[in-house]
Amino acid sequence: MSDFDLIIIGAGAAGSHAALEAAKAGAKILMLDEQAEAGGQVWRAKSPSIISAPKTPETIAGDKLRSDLKSNNILHIANARVWQIEKNNDDLWNIGYLNNGQLHNATCKAIIAATGAQERVIPVVGAQLPGVIGLAAATALFKQHLTIPGKQTIVAGCGPLLIFTAYEILRLGGKITAIVSLNSKTDWAKASINMMARPDLLLRGAGWLAKIAAARTPIYWQSTITEIIGDTHIDSVNISRVDANWSSVSQGRKTNIKADSLCMGHGLNPAIEATKLADATHIYTPELGGWHVKTDDFGRTDKVGLFAAGDNAGIYGAGAAPYRGKLAAIAVLQFLKLANAENTDRLVARMKSAAKFGLATTKLTVLRAGMIKNTQQTAIICRCETVSRQQLEIEISSGALSPNAIKSGTRCGMGPCGGRYCSDVVALINQTISGKTRQQIGLATHRPPLRPLPISAIAQNFDYDDLPIPAPAPL
Amino acid sequence: MTKNYDIAIIGGGIMGCATALHLAEAGMSVILLEKDDIGQGASGVNAGTLSLQIKRVKLMPYALKGHHEWQKMGDKVGFVKTGGYTLAFNQREAKLLEERMTLKREAGANIEFVSPQILFENEPNISKKVMAVSYCADDGYANSSLTGQYYRNLLNHSSVDYLEQNQIVKIDHSDKGFSVHTESQQYKAKRLLLACGGWMKQAAALLDVDLPIQARVNTVSVTERSPTLISNVIGHATGLLTMKQKANGSILIGGGWQGTGSPNEGRGKVHAQTLIPNIQLAQYALPALSALRIIRSWTGFEANVPDFYPLAGALGNIANAYILGCVRGGFTIGPYISKLMGDYILGNELELPLFNPNRQFTETGK
Repeated sequence: MSDFDLIIIGAGAAGSHAALEAAKAGAKILMLDEQAEAGGQVWRAKSPSIISAPKTPETIAGDKLRSDLKSNNILHIANARVWQIEKNNDDLWNIGYLNNGQLHNATCKAIIAATGAQERVIPVVGAQLPGVIGLAAATALFKQHLTIPGKQTIVAGCGPLLIFTAYEILRLGGKITAIVSLNSKTDWAKASINMMARPDLLLRGAGWLAKIAAARTPIYWQSTITEIIGDTHIDSVNISRVDANWSSVSQGRKTNIKADSLCMGHGLNPAIEATKLADATHIYTPELGGWHVKTDDFGRTDKVGLFAAGDNAGIYGAGAAPYRGKLAAIAVLQFLKLANAENTDRLVARMKSAAKFGLATTKLTVLRAGMIKNTQQTAIICRCETVSRQQLEIEISSGALSPNAIKSGTRCGMGPCGGRYCSDVVALINQTISGKTRQQIGLATHRPPLRPLPISAIAQNFDYDDLPIPAPAPL
Repeated sequence: MTKNYDIAIIGGGIMGCATALHLAEAGMSVILLEKDDIGQGASGVNAGTLSLQIKRVKLMPYALKGHHEWQKMGDKVGFVKTGGYTLAFNQREAKLLEERMTLKREAGANIEFVSPQILFENEPNISKKVMAVSYCADDGYANSSLTGQYYRNLLNHSSVDYLEQNQIVKIDHSDKGFSVHTESQQYKAKRLLLACGGWMKQAAALLDVDLPIQARVNTVSVTERSPTLISNVIGHATGLLTMKQKANGSILIGGGWQGTGSPNEGRGKVHAQTLIPNIQLAQYALPALSALRIIRSWTGFEANVPDFYPLAGALGNIANAYILGCVRGGFTIGPYISKLMGDYILGNELELPLFNPNRQFTETGK
């Protein structure tokens, strides 16, 4: 007997819609999410301390979703951090999670991992200075707290988050010193053809650009941040033009711009720690954000009882996520023999149509080969353990070619983030030396806990005499 | 014509690498094949404890020699001699501690019994519930993560040919020697040494030798960095806890609690049901751990035969085939027993005897 039919990890657009769909057939569902409220990043809820805020399409959709979840028979535990996923002998999954400072354990027949995406930042010298945050991190500030990152902000990187972040800062009364876009105007023109799939969103984007233009914000197209300068805090940045491969072509000429804050992001990576820990097969697809769990259209992985929905199965974007959640729920219901998967062709078609916009925007963020050249030898790659590019290159050049070997020798990825933040960049550096493909380089072994686990939660209310201490080792 | 090596060594852990280096120094041509990365099996993921208090009585002479080897390797492997305390929290454990440590002291380890008061003075953060304590000034640790880097650099500067990410799939042998096959290549050698740790059983099976080898799945965890809480290696009378604070402030918690999985299925898995009591035991000994978080737990395979003594010598009836592994305390003893193994292959006189792999195995060591 399992505690639940289905445990959903992540209550964003994909996870929440999977829950709503599965609830229709009466499945017993537990949905675990790290945030205080459902909605994920795109439909992030406002902090309760904010009494009123302007409505956006995202807040309206998010509020409806939260209300729908409450009116259905879904156990949603907020502020829950999944730390462990194991399959036990009865072919049930065991999920360990932390909630309110306590460890909990729940078993289920099926899992839907809907863990979304995480931000990718390709660092340069100074990227670890206070005042520098990611583009996606900045959007979390706006959405949850109506807060802006500073008084004079530079936004830099690639893809649509750049434009959205700049627009939101202006809307919330901030000042943008410069927008530094790796993408050229031509990149955007090409992408907008595919974005026609969602004329409403394209129109909103045009509105954002109009606001940015009205504020006379300088935009540096086809340019990148080459250095972040400051002593204890960001003070200014150097920027440079890039070639078609995104490699800096400044040749010593520097454009220096003052700022007290920088939002910098280079696209999103699928968040794969949970599905890696559960041993599913993962593949590398640059156009889908890099490494992602391999699934069919219904989110079926190659592990029995493990399903995935949303950007962690390849970045299709927020528009497709609800459909992907529903499709995964349909596959789970079929797996649980609670419903047949019938008449799903239309839903698959709608998912694919909705994905067109997301795929077009993701394409703008696919890293080009020259980008890693902009990262200096002294740039810090692993922030947790302060490992520079140079240290990594020495290790790789000595023959440590796998992610595990590089990690062991340099400590890169051994800190609290577990390599989430740096592993993509380490692999890019590895490629410049080994010439291997990303698929050949592979990934480091994923280990629990998925998030740092307080010992106070593990070691409470136990009696020493009850510890199941095994027989002593042979003498 | 392909090169005919003097010896092919299967496995690039401590034992494979150290034996390879010893033989190459003596003039042998050596090829070493590793299925993953150098020093990334048990050699690179164990807790790194170099404690005489957790070594087997009969293996103590080897452990003492092993300690010297690690001391010589020094900073490059993060060697630190800290001293070590072993704790007992009740009468039963105190009795166990006295029995065991007395025998280990008689076997040559510099172990003494000290009063809990001495422990509390030197380790003020350790639980005051400690009832009995033993101490060994020679105890310490090395950083097992650096094993791969250390041996890869030595191999790079030696005459050994080594290949990582090269799993063997077949071994042919005749009067002339061995032919070791990977998926894409074959390598010829006059001699063969199996030194593949947890994967020894599968490798021996390629020679149609069936050995009663099992693999334990030992769990290790590490905390985030912390101000200094302990300065010695801390153990438990049963041997089921090892704890040390590294130079960077993180605390490493081991003790051989069992995860799940087997070497056939890739890496072993951490098991919540054993991880939790492992951490509870650690926190019982060091209550201040409650302020920290575990940032990672992992497992490594430790091979053993039923009597828990090493396999080290000539293998079965196959001429010029050798085996080295299943050494309980293999991290400590590895660099030394590998030299013995090298001497044995070279026909040199042995400083200490090896362990006949063709013996009858009986359960021992309760």
